[in-house]
Amino acid sequence: MNQATDHSLLDPPQLPFEPLLQRNAVVTEQPWVRWLLTAAALVFLGFFLLLPLVGVFTEALRHGLGVYWQALTDSDALDAVRLTLLVAAIAVPLNLVFGVAAAWAIAKFEFRGKTLLTTLIDLPFSVSPVVAGLIYVLLFGAQGWFGPWLIAHDLQIIFAVPGIVLATVFVTFPFIARELIPLMQEQGNDDEMAALSLGANGWQCFRYVTLPNIKWGLLYGVLLCNARAMGEFGAVSVVSGHIRGETNTMPLHVEILYNEYNFAAAFAVASLLAGLALVTLVLKSILEARHGGELSTSRRH
Amino acid sequence: MDIQIRNIHKQFAGFPALDDVSLAVGSGELIALLGPSGSGKTTLLRIIAGLEFPDRGQILFGGEDMSRRAVRERNIGFVFQHYALFKHMTVLDNIAFGLTVRRRALRPAPAAIRAKALELLELVQLGGLEQRYPHQLSGGQKQRVALARALAIDPRVLLLDEPFGALDAKVRKDLRRWLRELHQQTGYTTVFVTHDQEEALELADRVVIMNRGRIEQVGTVDDVYETPRTPFVFDFLGDSNVLDAEVRGRELRLPGAGEALVTDSIHPAGPVDLYVRPGDLRLAEPGRAGIDVRVTEVQRTGPIVRASADLVANGSVVSIELPHLHHDAPAFRVGAQLRLRMMQFSVYPAARGSQTGPTQTPAREREPGQRGRG
Amino acid sequence: MRSVVAPPAAGRPRSALPGFGLSLGFAITYLSLIVLIPLAGVFTKAAGLGWDGLWQVLGEPRVLSALKLSFGTAFVAACVNAVFGTLVAWVFVRYEFPGKRLFDATIDLPFALPTAVAGIALTALYAGNGWIGQWLEPAGIKIAFTPLGIVVALTFVGLPFVVRTLEPVLRDAEKELEEAAASLGATRWQTVTRVILPAVLPALVTGFALAFARGVGEYGSVIFIAGNLPQVSEIAPLLIIIKLEELNYGGAAAVAVAMLVISFTLLLAINTLQAWSNRHRQRSRAAPALPHPVLQGEGS
Repeated sequence: MNQATDHSLLDPPQLPFEPLLQRNAVVTEQPWVRWLLTAAALVFLGFFLLLPLVGVFTEALRHGLGVYWQALTDSDALDAVRLTLLVAAIAVPLNLVFGVAAAWAIAKFEFRGKTLLTTLIDLPFSVSPVVAGLIYVLLFGAQGWFGPWLIAHDLQIIFAVPGIVLATVFVTFPFIARELIPLMQEQGNDDEMAALSLGANGWQCFRYVTLPNIKWGLLYGVLLCNARAMGEFGAVSVVSGHIRGETNTMPLHVEILYNEYNFAAAFAVASLLAGLALVTLVLKSILEARHGGELSTSRRH
Repeated sequence: MDIQIRNIHKQFAGFPALDDVSLAVGSGELIALLGPSGSGKTTLLRIIAGLEFPDRGQILFGGEDMSRRAVRERNIGFVFQHYALFKHMTVLDNIAFGLTVRRRALRPAPAAIRAKALELLELVQLGGLEQRYPHQLSGGQKQRVALARALAIDPRVLLLDEPFGALDAKVRKDLRRWLRELHQQTGYTTVFVTHDQEEALELADRVVIMNRGRIEQVGTVDDVYETPRTPFVFDFLGDSNVLDAEVRGRELRLPGAGEALVTDSIHPAGPVDLYVRPGDLRLAEPGRAGIDVRVTEVQRTGPIVRASADLVANGSVVSIELPHLHHDAPAFRVGAQLRLRMMQFSVYPAARGSQTGPTQTPAREREPGQRGRG
Repeated sequence: MRSVVAPPAAGRPRSALPGFGLSLGFAITYLSLIVLIPLAGVFTKAAGLGWDGLWQVLGEPRVLSALKLSFGTAFVAACVNAVFGTLVAWVFVRYEFPGKRLFDATIDLPFALPTAVAGIALTALYAGNGWIGQWLEPAGIKIAFTPLGIVVALTFVGLPFVVRTLEPVLRDAEKELEEAAASLGATRWQTVTRVILPAVLPALVTGFALAFARGVGEYGSVIFIAGNLPQVSEIAPLLIIIKLEELNYGGAAAVAVAMLVISFTLLLAINTLQAWSNRHRQRSRAAPALPHPVLQGEGS
C-alpha cells in the first residue's frame, strides 16, 4: 500500500487575489461551455468588427497599388487630408484647454450644481451629429439668426472652415474632460495641498504636480478626441457644403467618391482613415498596458 | 514660534466639525491632538495649516494674524497622513521642491538647494537614497522623506496628520522615538494628530483631547491621565468601570454598600457616576476595609491577573486587573467573597440611572472630577 | 499670484486651492457658447412653429416613419448588443485564450473608425455581391438597403458601449459571492443567473442606454447601407439634412427637437430607474462594519 499522503501539501497555494480563471472549478464553467462561449464571442467579433476592417483594405487595393496611389495623390484628396489635419489641430487644443479647466473645477472643488455641470458636459454625446451640425446652421446659416449680420460683414461660417471647426468641437467636446474628471477625483487634493504648503503658487502647483499626475490620462483623452475629430462625418457633412478642395474633409471626400461610384478611390481614402483608427487603437492599448495605473479606473486593464 | 487658536468654528454641511475651539501652543512645544474619528482633530490641524478655512475664529503665529493667509504664505511644514510624495519626482527632487518653487529673488542657487536637500536626507537618516522614487521606498522611509520635504522650507511650525497611522506597529515604535529625538534636536513647534492614545502620551509634551468638535481637556500627560476632567477623557485614555454612586451630605457612597468611600465630598448631593480603572482596584480578605464583592471569573494573562466580580450590595459588575505578585488575597478564586478597595477613582455628575439629581450638563462645564483615595 | 487672500465669496466655502473661479468660469462660458446656446437655438426655432406647426411637421407620414425607424432600429441593435456584448464581456473578463489582447483592442474599433468608413465597408460586405451578402441573398435574406442593414450598422457602432461598461463591473464582482452560492448548492447556471447577472444588471442597462442613444442619432455608418427609401429605410437624421437642403429650417428643427426630447426622456427614465435600484440595493445591504480608522483615514 502507498504511504498516507498529506493532501494539504499537494494543493496549490491559494493566493488572495487569484484571477477568476479556469483553475477554480467552483467559479467557472465546464471546459466545453467555456470553449463554446469563447468561440461564439470571437465569431461575432470577427464578423462584425474585423471583417469590415479587412474589407476596407481589400477593396482599396482591389485594382492594384497604382490605382491606390493615384487616388491618394489626387489633389482633391490631398486637400481633404490637409483640411482634416487643420480642423483637428484647432478643435483638439480647444477641447484640451476646456477639459483641463472643467476637470480642475469639478474634481478639486465642491460647489452646488456640480452634478448638473458634469451631465451637461456629456450632453454632446447624446446629441445626433446631424443635430450638432444643424444647430450651427440655425445660428450662422444664410437664413439663421446671425446670417444677415454675417453676410453684411462678408463673413462666412457655414459652408466654410469655421463651421467645420465648430461642428467638430461640438462632437468632440466631452472626450478630454471625461477622461480627466474621474482621474483627478481619484487622485484627490493631497499632492496639490502639499505643493502649496511648500510655497508653490497656483501655476507651479499645476505645472509641477498636477500635470505630471494626469499626463497619461490627458494623452489618452487627446488620442480619442483626435480620432473622432478627424473621422467626424455627420456633423461636418451638414455644415460643410461639400466644396471640393475647400470644405471637404477626408470622410466627406470618401462619401463624394463613393456616390460617384469611384469605389476604389473611396476605399483608398477610407483606408487612410482606417489606418488612423488602427494607430489610435495601438497607441490606446499601449497606454492602457504601460500606464494603466495612471488612467482613470475604468480604463485600467 | 507660538500658535494662538481663538474661537474657531467650522461646519461641514450643517454638521459642526469644530465648535468654539481655542488653544495656545507654546514655542518649541510638541503637542498632540488626540481624539476618536470625527472629533475634529484633523480639521483643526488643516485649519492651522491653511488647508481649510474656519467659518469664524482666528489663527495667530507669533502674534501675527494668519487667518486670511493662503497656505503657501503661512510657511508651515505639513506632513500628510499618506505622505503625498510627488511620485514622478526622485526623493531629492521631492525634498528640494519647496525651495525650487520659490521666487527667483528668494530661491537659493541650485547647488545650495541640493546641498540642503542632501543634508536633510542625512538628518532623516536616508543618506544615499536621493535618486530613488517614492514607489521604491518603504512606508517608514516615505514618512521620513515627507518630513524632510516639510523641513526644507524652514517652516515656522511643523504639522503632522496621523504621522504613523499607515505604518505597522514595529516601524511605528521606532519612528516615534526618532521623531521625539528629532524634535529635541530641531526645536520646531510641532502639532500632530493621532487617534492612538499611547502614541500621544508617549510623544507629546502636552495632549489636547478632542471630542465632537470640542476640546475636552488640555494638559501634560500626567495631568490628563491623573485628573481626567470629563468622563470622556477618563474613558478614552484607558479601560474603565462605571459605578452608580451617591453623594449624601458630604459622604460619597455606593448604593447598598455600608461604608462611605469619601467623607468630605465636594459634590452637591445626588447621584453621581464613579469611574475607576481596573488596575486601580485591589482585593482584600473579608473583614478588612472595602466593599463586599463576589469573584465570578479569574483569568491569568501573562504578568496580569484579570478578574471579574459582582458587588454584593447591588450586583454591579467590575473588572479588576491585578499584578501577578499581588498575593495578599489568599482565598482568591471564583466564588470567593472578598473586599474590594479602590486605590483611586474619579467622580462625575450622573449621566444615567435615576434622574433625581442634577441633570447631565455639557462635559466642558463640569467641574473637575474629584480624586478619592480608599 | 497672490491667490486666495480675499475674504471668502458668499455661497461657497473657501478652498486652499487656487483657480476655482478661473477654471469654472472658463468651463461654463465655453460650454454655453459651444453647446448650450446653440442647442437652445434649435428649441427656439422649433417653438417658432407653434404647437400646430410642430404637430404638422411631426405628423407627416415621412417624418413619423423616419422617427419610428430610427428609434426602432436603435432599440433592436441595442438589444442585440446587450446579448452579444454581455457574451463578449464575459468571455474577455473570465477566460484566457490565445490572441485575447489583440481581440480586446479591436472591441474599440467602432470608437476609433470613422463612421463613413464603417458605413461603406459594411455596405460592401452585405451588398448582394459582398463577402457576406452573396451567401445570404440566395437564402432570401436581404440586408443592405433594408432596415436590417441599419440594424447591422447600429450594432457595429454600439457594441463597445455595452462591452466597456460591463467589463469593469464583471471584473470587480466578488469571487466570494460565487463561492458562497456554490457552497449553498447552486448550480453554475443558477449562480450566473441569480447572483452574477443581477449584480451587473445596472451596468448592462447603462451600456444598453448608451448604445441606444448613440444608435438613434447615428448617421455616417447608416446612410450608405440604408438605401434611404422614404418611409422604408430613411432615418430621422437624414430627414433633417433633406429638410435643411430644402431650406426648411423650421421643419429640420422640429424633427431635431423630437429626437432630442425622446432621447433625453428615455435616458432620464433609465437614469432614474438606476438611481432607484441603487438606493434599493444599498438599503437592503447590511450595514458594513466600520473599517479600521488607520485604513479609513479620519472623517473629521
